[in-house]
Amino acid sequence: MVLQGALSRSWREASKPMLDTQSIIQAMAPELWLAASGLMLVLVGAIVGERFNSLSYKVGALVMFGAAALSAMHLQGGEAFNGLVKTTTFTNFTKVISFTLAGVAIFLSEGFLRRHEISRYEYPLLMVLASLGMGIILSANNLMTLYMGIETLSLSSYVLAAFHRDSARSSEAGLKYFVLGALASGILLYGASLVYGFTGTTSFDGLTLAGESVGAMFGMVLMIVGLAFKISAAPMHVWTPDVYEGAPTPVVAFFASAPKFASLVVFANVMFTLFGSVMDQWQLIVAIIAGLSMIVGSLGGLTQNNIKRLLAYSSIANVGYALVAVAAGQVLGAPALLTFSTIYVISSLGLFAGVLAMRRRGGMVENIQELGGLARRQPVFAIAMTVLVLSVAGLPPFGGFFGKYEVLRAGVEAELVPLAIILVIASVVSLGYYLRLLKVMWFDEPKETFERVDVTVLGTVVACAVIAGVVFMIFIGELGTGGWASYAASGLLP
Amino acid sequence: MGGFPILTAMTFLPLIGALLIVLVRAATAGSRAAADDGRQNRAILMASLIISAATFVLSVAAFLSFDPGQMGYQLVEQHAWYGPISYKLGIDGLSMSLILLTTFLTPICLLASWNSIDKRVTEYVVAFLVLETFMIGVFTALDLVLFYIFFEAGLIPMFLIIGIWGGKDRIYASFKFFLYTLIGSLLLLVAAIYMIQVAGSADFEVLEQFAFDPGVQTWLWLAFLASFAVKLPMWPVHTWLPDAHVQAPTAGSVVLAGVLLKMGGYGMLRFSLPMFPDASAYFQPMMFALAVIAIIYTSLVAWRQTDMKKLIAYSSVAHMGFVTLGIFAFNETGIQGAIFQMLSHGLISGALFLIVGVVYDRMHTREIAAYGGLVGRMPIYAGFFMLFTMANVGLPGTSGFVGEILTMIGGFQAATWAAFGAAFGVIFSAVYMLTLYRRTVFGEITNPLLEDIKDMNRIEWVCIAPLAVLTVLFGVAPNLIFAVTNGATGRIIALMAGGQ
Repeated sequence: MVLQGALSRSWREASKPMLDTQSIIQAMAPELWLAASGLMLVLVGAIVGERFNSLSYKVGALVMFGAAALSAMHLQGGEAFNGLVKTTTFTNFTKVISFTLAGVAIFLSEGFLRRHEISRYEYPLLMVLASLGMGIILSANNLMTLYMGIETLSLSSYVLAAFHRDSARSSEAGLKYFVLGALASGILLYGASLVYGFTGTTSFDGLTLAGESVGAMFGMVLMIVGLAFKISAAPMHVWTPDVYEGAPTPVVAFFASAPKFASLVVFANVMFTLFGSVMDQWQLIVAIIAGLSMIVGSLGGLTQNNIKRLLAYSSIANVGYALVAVAAGQVLGAPALLTFSTIYVISSLGLFAGVLAMRRRGGMVENIQELGGLARRQPVFAIAMTVLVLSVAGLPPFGGFFGKYEVLRAGVEAELVPLAIILVIASVVSLGYYLRLLKVMWFDEPKETFERVDVTVLGTVVACAVIAGVVFMIFIGELGTGGWASYAASGLLP
Repeated sequence: MGGFPILTAMTFLPLIGALLIVLVRAATAGSRAAADDGRQNRAILMASLIISAATFVLSVAAFLSFDPGQMGYQLVEQHAWYGPISYKLGIDGLSMSLILLTTFLTPICLLASWNSIDKRVTEYVVAFLVLETFMIGVFTALDLVLFYIFFEAGLIPMFLIIGIWGGKDRIYASFKFFLYTLIGSLLLLVAAIYMIQVAGSADFEVLEQFAFDPGVQTWLWLAFLASFAVKLPMWPVHTWLPDAHVQAPTAGSVVLAGVLLKMGGYGMLRFSLPMFPDASAYFQPMMFALAVIAIIYTSLVAWRQTDMKKLIAYSSVAHMGFVTLGIFAFNETGIQGAIFQMLSHGLISGALFLIVGVVYDRMHTREIAAYGGLVGRMPIYAGFFMLFTMANVGLPGTSGFVGEILTMIGGFQAATWAAFGAAFGVIFSAVYMLTLYRRTVFGEITNPLLEDIKDMNRIEWVCIAPLAVLTVLFGVAPNLIFAVTNGATGRIIALMAGGQ
């Protein structure tokens, strides 16, 4: 009944007809494409069966690149379904990057899955559906659209995490992710219902105009908690290391790049547009989450020996840095968030591709010590990994530094100096583990050599290193604040 | 402006050379099975020597087109880069002299590695050349963020140099070096961002003219100090230095003492004084106290060392104390003396580390007790060692004397007690250096292994001789340096006075 009431009210207010093809395509072309392609993939898979397995990865990746192209074509975005969805350059830019990274992640997966004999056409299909969810949350302009998108993304992700179903670790990761994720969704939904109950509307536009009320603020806090889970910000981060460790590595490469970016931007979008008028109320909460994430992420990684767990803590810390930009508010923070997150997710994908490349007879290698002497055995791979690690660590002259610089700038300009100091200290602490990676790669005695690296995987590692490390360094003027990041963020301004 | 961008060329030539070496090495990697083939290693070292020598030639060319009489920045190159940040290079007398020191020492370091580095030579020379680019960049950058990038990026190659080619505890030392220096420089970054935001530009010339609020200056000054104090290093944040020096390979120690420590003093002269004059004046007594403690305390610590490199490392901390004293005297004598002391210390401590390296390569120990009576077996060595011992003590006629006396005169004019305290450092340095020299060079040969130790070979000779020549030359004719640094010193003092 509530749903009906909310929807019918917006129908009544609407002046345009419900199905305006032009504006729907303008606003949602990539999602339509993903949904249609996803259904096609199901159909073809069902008919052709096993023989489709190998081809499905290529098709899946092409679908993702197509979606990225469609997002780029309709970069300006628009509004459709009477304001249930609304896209801007801010969200469409994110879509371009996220879909591209998802496509690369699909490409990366095939070799791994074939080797573990779990290569099935459902896998790229699930990635396409997860990306559809990403697209929807990014387009959401209504609490219900948002929730639907989150669930589409999450349900696909749970299955992906457990995709290696014969592995106990993978199943455990999937189950853990599912149980905790469902809890977080419940909290989010509860928060959303409170917000609706106290303001009488679910549309973002309506909520922007709604006044403050204690109940709505309570709902907002619950929503922040739910969203914090999705981006693995402390104190809702506990699932991250386990899921990253247990889930198949190419799946983690996907989790750590495309949905991470999309969720971060959605978090920011919710804070900036939905609760933009009550920033005084949430700034401190977001700042605390950011500070906690940075502390937990940088300290937690110090004792890890599994490289995937280590990168999980690294991602918690990096989410903390990104949240500093969110806490700085829309004007200062939005371009900084885009710059930082873009560089981070590209580096992150490259790092997980690197983990994917480390293979010996007897399977995957995940212990950090096993990287010993990599620089002597495979210098190109080691240099690319070094650039990526230093980029994620935010050291100059690599791209990651400019991301961190942007975030710091936003934080300092917003006068969040304590947060900036925490960022600085967390960066130094986290260097303890980044340097350990470098130390093992460069200083330690060579271990047994790895199997030959797949060309796609090595290519991805090198390409990510070049883009995140070097291209961003040289063209930061065109890419960062003042460049496209500002242009993309300008879509948010009323 | 216009014409050949000589500063860019000079800054990035080593980096480009390093890339070429990597490419050539990668292209020829398949043709040889042995990774560390001797002849190939020589070829790589020779290539790196040529590149760094060419860089030195470029820096001399830059020096020739540099007009010491002019006060401001020269040979400026500027391109828009990123928001308020621009790619801006330029030099004045201060940076010119330090650039020459850098480009002069780097080929010597590479040459000194000729026989002592035999594993992973490609990576070694690449790390050194990349480091050279970052070091030159620190001194040429006229943009705060650009400066910061060079300043911090230099940590990465140095981390690798200590960590891969260093001694037994190299990994501990490299981590300590990296984390100490990084925490300082990140605080600098926060302050830099604040400054850029307030002043609306990252350009040095704009920031120098911008009057920061005195209350804010205090905080900015402290953030900058965090970075420079670690780098210089000042007591009590100097503890990374002995570890890094002891573990680093000889050439690493030379470049660390010769150039990297100078970045701290350079930073104080470039930022702390001209941009935060009020805060600098406010903290003057504290800086004097720290300088005097550094001089006296680390001299005493140096006295008690049994490891030759550690002794020289502590002696470095003490000598950098004179630099702090001179800088914060705020007068022409003091600042001139500080710059002179930085250059002189670059030559002398670099040479002393090379001298330790010579016997270390032969004996594989740096224990002072393992030596004695070297004069009978290694007369040339003993001669050079004598010269640099005297220079480090501050004997008139060597460059060490000029730096110490000027900083003390400058300090005396500002605060008598500080100069009085610092004077003890001169005495102590004589004590520990002469003790070191007596115990290693004179006396009977107690260690039988020393019986047939060889004197310096031609490569070692060629490395150390130029340093000896310059040490004496600058000691006798210090005006050669003052002529270059006069303008910069005058400008710093003028900017300070303008701000107060």
